[in-house]
Amino acid sequence: MADIITVDRDDVLLKKEGFDDHFHDHHHEDKYKSNFISHYIFSMDHKMIARQFLITGMLWAIIGAGMSIIFRLQLGFPDESLAWLKPLLGKWITINTETGMGSLQPEFYYALVTMHGTIIVFFVLTAGLSGTFSNLLIPLQLGARDMASPFLNMLSYWFFFMASVVMFYSLFLSTGPFSGGWTAYPPLSALPQASMGSGTGMTLWTISLVLFVVSVLLGGINYITTVLNLRTKGMTFWRMPLTIWAFFVTAILGLLSFPVLASGFFLLMCDRGLGTSFYLSEIFIQGSALDFAGGSPVLYQHLFWFLGHPEVYIIILPAMGLVSEVMAVHARKPIFGYKFMVYSILAIGFLSFIVWAHHMFMSGVNPFISNFFVVFTLIIAVPSAIKVFNWIATLYKGDLRLNTPMLFSIGFVSMFISGGLTGVFLGNSAIDIQQHDTYFVVAHFHIVMGIAAFFGMFAGVYHWYPKMFGRFMNETLGKIHFWATLIGAYAIFWPMHYLGLAGVPRRYYRFDSFDAFGSFGEMNMFITIAAIVVFFAQLLMVINFFYSMYYGKKMTTKNPWGATTLEWTTPIKAGHGNWPGKLPTVHRWPYDYGKDGKDFISQLEPMAEGETEAH
Amino acid sequence: MTALVILLILVLVVIILIQVGKVNELASKIRGEEEAEQQSNNRTALFCLLFLIGFMIYCVYTGFIYKDIVLWYGPHISASEHGGRIDHLFNVTLFWTGIVFVLTHVLLFWFSYKYRSQKGVNQAYITHNNTIEYLWTGIPALVLVYLVAAGLDVWNDVMPDVDPNDDDYIEIEAVGQQYQWEIRYPGEDGKLGTRNYKLIDPATNNIGMDFTDEKTHDDLIISGDFYLPVGQKVRVRITSKDVLHNFYLPHHRVKMDAIPGLPTYFIFTPSILTADYRKRLKGHPDWEVPAEADEPDGPKRWEAFDYELACAELCGKGHYSMRRVLKVVSQREYDQWLKDQKSFYLTNIRNTEGDPFKGQLVKAEIASRSKDFLAAVEQAVSTPEDVSDDLINLEHVFYQTGSAQLRDDSKYELDNVVSVLNKYKTVAIELGGHTDSTGNAGANQVLSQSRAESVRNYLIQKGIPATRLQAVGFGPEKPVDTNDTDEGRQNNRRTEMRILTNNI
Ligand code: HEM
Ligand SMILES: [Cu+2]
Ligand SMILES: [Cu+2]
Repeated sequence: MADIITVDRDDVLLKKEGFDDHFHDHHHEDKYKSNFISHYIFSMDHKMIARQFLITGMLWAIIGAGMSIIFRLQLGFPDESLAWLKPLLGKWITINTETGMGSLQPEFYYALVTMHGTIIVFFVLTAGLSGTFSNLLIPLQLGARDMASPFLNMLSYWFFFMASVVMFYSLFLSTGPFSGGWTAYPPLSALPQASMGSGTGMTLWTISLVLFVVSVLLGGINYITTVLNLRTKGMTFWRMPLTIWAFFVTAILGLLSFPVLASGFFLLMCDRGLGTSFYLSEIFIQGSALDFAGGSPVLYQHLFWFLGHPEVYIIILPAMGLVSEVMAVHARKPIFGYKFMVYSILAIGFLSFIVWAHHMFMSGVNPFISNFFVVFTLIIAVPSAIKVFNWIATLYKGDLRLNTPMLFSIGFVSMFISGGLTGVFLGNSAIDIQQHDTYFVVAHFHIVMGIAAFFGMFAGVYHWYPKMFGRFMNETLGKIHFWATLIGAYAIFWPMHYLGLAGVPRRYYRFDSFDAFGSFGEMNMFITIAAIVVFFAQLLMVINFFYSMYYGKKMTTKNPWGATTLEWTTPIKAGHGNWPGKLPTVHRWPYDYGKDGKDFISQLEPMAEGETEAH
Repeated sequence: MTALVILLILVLVVIILIQVGKVNELASKIRGEEEAEQQSNNRTALFCLLFLIGFMIYCVYTGFIYKDIVLWYGPHISASEHGGRIDHLFNVTLFWTGIVFVLTHVLLFWFSYKYRSQKGVNQAYITHNNTIEYLWTGIPALVLVYLVAAGLDVWNDVMPDVDPNDDDYIEIEAVGQQYQWEIRYPGEDGKLGTRNYKLIDPATNNIGMDFTDEKTHDDLIISGDFYLPVGQKVRVRITSKDVLHNFYLPHHRVKMDAIPGLPTYFIFTPSILTADYRKRLKGHPDWEVPAEADEPDGPKRWEAFDYELACAELCGKGHYSMRRVLKVVSQREYDQWLKDQKSFYLTNIRNTEGDPFKGQLVKAEIASRSKDFLAAVEQAVSTPEDVSDDLINLEHVFYQTGSAQLRDDSKYELDNVVSVLNKYKTVAIELGGHTDSTGNAGANQVLSQSRAESVRNYLIQKGIPATRLQAVGFGPEKPVDTNDTDEGRQNNRRTEMRILTNNI
């Protein structure tokens, strides 16, 4: 029954100390009045938009992961018949009339790989992760009624939705979706003659991503403005939870880098449609010499990676923020080195803009220039390391609740270490001569970005699920999900390091055309089986997610985790505007766990006589 | 079918797990949530510890079983001179990151276990500690500075272009196209001729060599395996016809994008013969199996080993199949192989429609004739007792029609004769003029005599002592072919040189 006292305490503090913004005087239920459509569909409530992002992201995740299972089947069992997939894939499976063997068309294999990458990177780990949690937590944790512009926020989701529709539609083109890799390097992506997917598929891919860029920009402007202007009374920058810091810097990165991607795409469109030569020069293809002259494909790579590298941090920073927060709450301890954590986020954010060419060491850029990029790239490992050490120190002498969100946070740290350390190899250009475009790179980025970001997202979903849906997800299933995913992900990606070190290049449809790459059949089979198991473990999570929405354990108290942050001071079913009465006033930083013998002290709690803020 | 069964099983497992989840939740409600939570916490902590142990064992174990497939442990080593330094750098990085990896993982999961929530134990309130922050900022920074310095040292040694005045390298060219590599060698002059993509014609000139540039005339387009001499610095000029490709020789640590319109390069020195690399692999269980599974008595894998050239930049649906074989051989073997390669221009283009020099002599042709001529003379001179090879047809000596006047383009062949006579001071020759059988036999006899004379005069004029030269006219008497066809008559009209003596 201790909980009830806490609830009361919150309400008392809100009433007594809260900041009256005359919410009801001004809006009088008119602006925020809602019917079904404006509540569930064209909603302007950031909490609803967050859920929309999350569920759309989950649908995409299932599609993206499903694609990977199909192409893993091809790699793990190249000589097994895939005829049973014919009902799903239609003409992309050709059946040998004599043997009955069904094989996946190479064009479609590459289309799957490309779509998988695009979908996971942009739709799942950018929109689904940052879109969900920035929306949910920025207003709630800052003590704001909503985003600075709820309308733009709504548009942000619907642009994402349109991007999704266009991309989804492109999957069903008779020439197939785009198949030139998620990085879409020209000339392959520029010339319909070069590949089937570079025709209409590529056009739709570009349109979709331009819509997506608009979505990110609308969201980002909102996040930044909200953080700058709508912090409640007492919420100074140094009292913001690390989640907010992470979302804030993420939004800035997005705002600065996505327009560059859009310009890159714009030039690409010009080359495709208007006959300009930004990226193309001296090309002879399909029996004819094209007129392009003087362009450079390397220019595209610069523009792409000027976004591309910040993009990987756009993906990982929110995950880092979520993990920091979840870890502190469930370790019942302040995050260790809060200020260093913030400075690391800022340093990573800044440095992520000056390392892009480490993706291009072997792209024909002047090798002298690479010197700078090596230096900056390895410098970025320092703030990354600081963060890892701080997370580990946070656990030290904690009072750890090893529930699902906490486990995913710990798993995140493990993944981030494993994948980050391989970055130290790749960032050294001399080593990258050998490792570039091999499975070593595939292992690196899947572990450090793919799996780690998913872990951050899972930690967030399990932790804030009660906030979003008023119920808890099933713990047992959550734990099974965690262990299967942790072990499974390492089973998939760890062996890929060895493949890479054996020289096996990525993006190969089969390996047996080379003696040097063709002798790892067993390992590939193992990886594929692990991938299938992990895929099913994710379905477990999806089922848990939707099942718990209706049948999960009910949330009976406002603050079930005993957290200090503001989102847990709103009513269980918070309406639009978040706090029914006054806005909370903040008196302290968000990490007072275990201070002065108290399990936790809410940010609402005024400083006691003689108490100092300790960070 | 099996796939379907497996799918069904997996779905079943998922359903069972969901039931387990529900039951567990119910059970904990019955037992009392707090106690259930405590129990589950302890169990999970134990799992963390077990995972740590399992994971570390897995890392060591897989490292151990896979070390022989990795390109620089076990039997594999770098097959190029710079590659060893890259591998060393890799190992140094592995050492330092390995320490961090183990240390952080042990702490992470040990803490997760050790500091699990327990009754009666409270958390400590620790917010920060700047000393330790500086420590763990500084130490990684130092290690990274070291790694950067070591890395850039290698990088700046490996990557810079050759000094154009450094003549101790050979340059070859690799041209990527969907989906194969074209390999071009420069030929005698050591220079790759100009290319122009507008001249590409897949049937006759697949990489668009510009034959108005005489440097292309001796260039070789290699079909089949391409060879490089061991210990010789090679500059590969890398380019593409259509989309991006990447010139990738895994065993040599060579990798560079091929870009249309923007040639790149990579410089390396092969250091291990193909044959020697095979010997290294011999005896390793992985390599002692038959190369082809369906030919158990065929060659073993190690015997069939070859360096392979691959593509490492996505270039379309056939990206995975751009294979060429590189043979690294001794200099002698390489020279021999090179000699057997035929100039692309002279064999495929010469005097066809596409030849800008149609009907004119080109340097490469002159050079190649001179080479052939010299070889024939050497053969004759080196075997004085064998007279069968002493008669050499001066194939490229021509006269104005019906006269003994030498055509201008005969001088190349005659200059070859001059230079061998200058080289072999003791050799004397007989110059024999021949005609076909058409026309007046007496006139033919006279014409052949005067033609032989005019060659003799040319040589004398070039400073060869008259005593070493005899001119004989044979008329139509010694045909080498039939006189019934144009071609046969053409062959019969000729000038020959016979080596008379090696020793006067
Ligand atoms: C310790 C810091 C890191 C360093 C030094 C580093 C370095 C590198 C380098 C040099 C490459 C290019 C490899 C190649 O293509 O040859 C690369 C690839 C990549 N990295 Fe990292 N990385 C680091 C951390 C991260 C993080 C934190 C993420 C994401 C959250 C990430 C995501 C990626 C991705 C997605 C790619 C591959 C992109 C592609 O080619 O498709 N890396 N990394
Ligand atoms: Cu990067
Ligand atoms: Cu390729």
